[in-house]
This record gives sequence, C-alpha cells and structure tokens, in this order.
Amino acid sequence: MSVDAATVRRIAHLARIAVSEDEVPHLQGELNAMLAFVEQLSEVNVEGVEPMTSVTPMQMKKRQDVVNDGEIADDIVANAPATEGHFFLVPKVVE
Amino acid sequence: MTDLTSLTLAEARKGLADKTFTSLELTDAHLSAIEKARVLNAFVLETPEQARSMAREADARIARGEVGPLAGIPLGIKDLFATKGVRTTACSKILGNFVPTYESTVTSQLWRDGAVMLGKLNNDEFAMGSANETSCFGPVGNPWRREGSNTTLVPGGSSGGSASAVAALLCMGATATDTGGSIRQPAAFTATVGIKPTYGRCSRWGIVAFASSLDQAGPIARTTRDAAMLLRSMAGHDPKDTTSVDIAVPDYEAAIGKSVKGMKIGIPKEYRLDGMPAEIEKLWEAGAAWLKAAGAELVEVSLPHTKYALPAYYIVAPAEASSNLARYDGVRYGLREPGRNIIEQYENTRAEGFGAEVRRRVMIGTYVLSAGYYDAYYLRAQKVRTLIKKDFEDCFAKGVNAILTPATPSAAFGIGEKGGADPVEMYLNDIFTVTVNMAGLPGIAVPSGKDAQGLPLGLQLIGRPFEEETLFSLGEVIEQAAGRFTPARWW
Repeated sequence: MSVDAATVRRIAHLARIAVSEDEVPHLQGELNAMLAFVEQLSEVNVEGVEPMTSVTPMQMKKRQDVVNDGEIADDIVANAPATEGHFFLVPKVVE
Repeated sequence: MTDLTSLTLAEARKGLADKTFTSLELTDAHLSAIEKARVLNAFVLETPEQARSMAREADARIARGEVGPLAGIPLGIKDLFATKGVRTTACSKILGNFVPTYESTVTSQLWRDGAVMLGKLNNDEFAMGSANETSCFGPVGNPWRREGSNTTLVPGGSSGGSASAVAALLCMGATATDTGGSIRQPAAFTATVGIKPTYGRCSRWGIVAFASSLDQAGPIARTTRDAAMLLRSMAGHDPKDTTSVDIAVPDYEAAIGKSVKGMKIGIPKEYRLDGMPAEIEKLWEAGAAWLKAAGAELVEVSLPHTKYALPAYYIVAPAEASSNLARYDGVRYGLREPGRNIIEQYENTRAEGFGAEVRRRVMIGTYVLSAGYYDAYYLRAQKVRTLIKKDFEDCFAKGVNAILTPATPSAAFGIGEKGGADPVEMYLNDIFTVTVNMAGLPGIAVPSGKDAQGLPLGLQLIGRPFEEETLFSLGEVIEQAAGRFTPARWW
C-alpha cells in the first residue's frame, strides 16, 4: 500500500501537525518508503496467531481505590505556557 | 594521584570507602573533564552546583559510616528521565524549558543509594534515532575516531550522550533507555557496556514515554561489573508503573566472575546477514570461542521470524509513539505556537515543536492506527510480535541459557552519513537489537574488538526473562578475553 498527497494531508491533520503544501511531496516519499519496508509482513502466515497485548505474562495490577495524591495544583500548572490561577488558558473553544 | 576519571565505578567505590579521596574530589574531577569536552556535546545541561552539594552530602554520609551502594559516585542522566527542579526536555523543542516537579523512580533510586548527578545527557529527540542526530541540541560526537582521520563520528543513539560521556570519562556511568536498541547500539559504537533489562525490571515512571510496550531503562558503564552495580540500584518494583514486575532484585554484582561452565549458548543462523562485514563475522566467532573456552556449550539455533522484527517494530513503535506524544498540545507544558483556534494551535505547536524524525513517526503511527488500516498494519504487526517472542521461547525451552549475536551490523559512521535519502537506511542499525525489545527480553552489549579502521565493535548476549545475572556472567567472560578499550583523547 502507498499513500497519495491527499492521504498525507489527512494523516497530518489527524496527527494535529501543520504541514505546508511544499512539504507534502517529501513527506509522501518518506512515508511510502516506510510503508514499502513494512510491506514484507504480509508474507508472514499469522493465521490463528493471537496478537500480543502484554510482553510479560502478568496480571494487570490494580491500585487501591483511594486518594493518595493531590493538593498540588501549583505543581500541575507550573510549566503551562498560559494560566490564570489554577486554570490552563486556551483559545475560545465554545461559541 | 592518578586521574580520578579513569577509575572504574568499582575502583572509585573502594577509593571512597578507603578515604583515598572524597566524593567532592571525584565529582570535581568529572566536572572539569565535562568542561573540557564540550565539543562532544554529550551534556545538554551541566549541574555543577547540585553535583557538588550531592557530593558533600555523600561525603558526610560516608564519614558517618552510612555507605549506600553508590555513595558519592558521579553519574550522568539521560535527558529522558524527569529530574525534580532540573530541566528535562527529551531533547525536543516541544518540551522547551520543562522543569519537572517530580523525580523519575529510577533516578530517585540512584540518589537513594548515594549517587551524584553531574548533569543531563543528550539523546535523540524522544529517543527516536540511532545516531543521536535528531536531538534539538545538535549531534553528539563519538570519542572514537577512525585511525588517522579527523572525521567526527556518531556515538549511536538514542542514548548517544550517555555512551559518549561514559567512553570519554566524563561520568562513571549513565542512565539510558532502550526501545529498539538505544542502549546496546551506542554502547557497541563507543566500547562501553550497556544492558537493557527484561521489560518490567525497571520502572518507567517519570521517563518520557516513546513506545510504552518496548521502553526499558538500563545503565551504560565502562565494565560489566559497573553495569551490574548500577542496574541493582535502578531496578525494582514500583507501584506507580503497572508493568513494573514485583520480583526481588538480585545482587547482580555477585554474578560477575561466576562460572559459565555448562551453559548452553545459542548462535542464531538468521543473524548471519548477506553482506555483513567479514570482521563482524570474525568477532562473532571469536566471542563464541571465548565462551567455549570458559566451558560453555555452543549450539546453532533458529529464530525464523528475525527478519520481520524490524518492520513489525516500525509499526508498533510509531503507533505507540503517536498515542504517547498526543499529550504535547501546547496547553499544559512546553512550547505553544498560537493559531486562530485551538485546532490550529495544536497543529502549529506540534509542527514547530517536533523535529522531522518525530513528525514522520507520529504520522506513520497515526496512519497505521487509522480506520481501515488498523487490521492490516497494527494488528498484523502485533501477531508477528507474538511469533518473534515464540521463536525465543522455543529456543529457551531447548535448554539454551543465552544467545550470542553481533550487537550492530557495522561500526560507528560519520555525522550525516546515513538516512539522508531513505529513513530505512538508519533503521537497519537496530536489526540485531530490536528483536529483544519485541520479545521483552534482557540484552547486553559488551565491547569485543575493533574493526580495520580502529573502531570498536560489540557483541550482544540475549537472555531469558529476568535472567540478567546470566548475561553479566557471560559478559564478564567476554570482557576478560577481549580486554577493555579506551579512546585516545583528541578533545
């Protein structure tokens, strides 16, 4: 499989990465090189094979359902580019 | 007094315990070496004040007789590990001046055991690369150069700063991470020892995530003994990482020098590649002969799905990366590039903040997870991953204790020499190491010889899950036979 220019633009939008028109042909070439490389997987017989979900056989650990952290709002917003009090500031999202 | 920076970690531990020198003297010697080696670009942040204050604290503790396993030992920390109050960037513009308000579990255990932090080490952006060329701080120089040449070579990646700093005697050991070979390949390129432990052995909490089902932390050091000492402190169960395994951490150092007599070592025929340099083939044979001389038994084994590990990795790893890196949205931390609305702000921030390699991998990952392609790519790759793991399980079920392979298909290369036209050319560096991540196994790279141009080459040993001790015992045999390799200082 390979991607066309329209697909490159669609993927970029899905990935939330701005891509200019003149970057598209280059990206398309690189993505297609990667897709050509992974194409060889289609020759592997995977019938009846379970997809891997955990590399180490182990029971998923569960934490106690208790509050064990918190009251650190200052820490949470410490690195934010724009804040007001303990709120993150973003452009208006609701009209 | 001999140059303190040339001591191994084990030698320094003895010197500190015997009060031959103080941690402050040891730390100062390294800080001064770092200053003189800035041309290597191994450190992206030097923290001399913090280092001296930690060293003074270690000296006070040693004076009181409270000697932690790493008391007073100066280390470098890969910039992927969150360090409280110390800028952590993953060498990406998108994290900007991120200063964590918390400490990663692995580094907190090193400080608990008395180690001293010298600074943060360069790496490929978000650990995505095999040459340390994708860092937003620029490439790292390898202390090794070809004989009679002034060309600066790459130290490998993604833990290029860690490998370069350890090889150049700028720190006694370093933390590193390995998703597809990022500890073992740079170790091989710099004649250092690097171990990626079994998945789940070290906590991933507080380490910037790349591909969560593959990422593992581990040390880079100058000897197998030093690596064993570091891993003992880094490993251990952490309730904050659900994939961290609750198994007691053995005294890895006790495995150094232990007999390997009767161990069964597999030589996988699928690792014999067409066009592999003759000197790597020769080195592999030498490694097998050293282990045989030490009493191990060598057997040919087959890992039939080896060739599919790298293509499957380049689906699984980008898929997980695209999901992990979704958090970089310009809202909660890091860079923000304004836009007319929130979507445009996300898109501008991520276009500006991510480098070319990261953008490419996030996009591939997004594509293979998108509607209509998930089954063909991602699900198939996860099935292939099951087969790769089964290859190893079948091999271990036949009584094989460890598998011996070359660590890399070549020695270090020049900056800008590879991957310019086709990203896959760079990816092939990890062909021998990536299988180990796909199967969650431990793997160690040990310096084993040099190529015709005088550049170091390494061998890799792959072990059964949680049998890192076997790797340390076997690694030590190779180290004793091959000797140690130190680069001639040119910086």
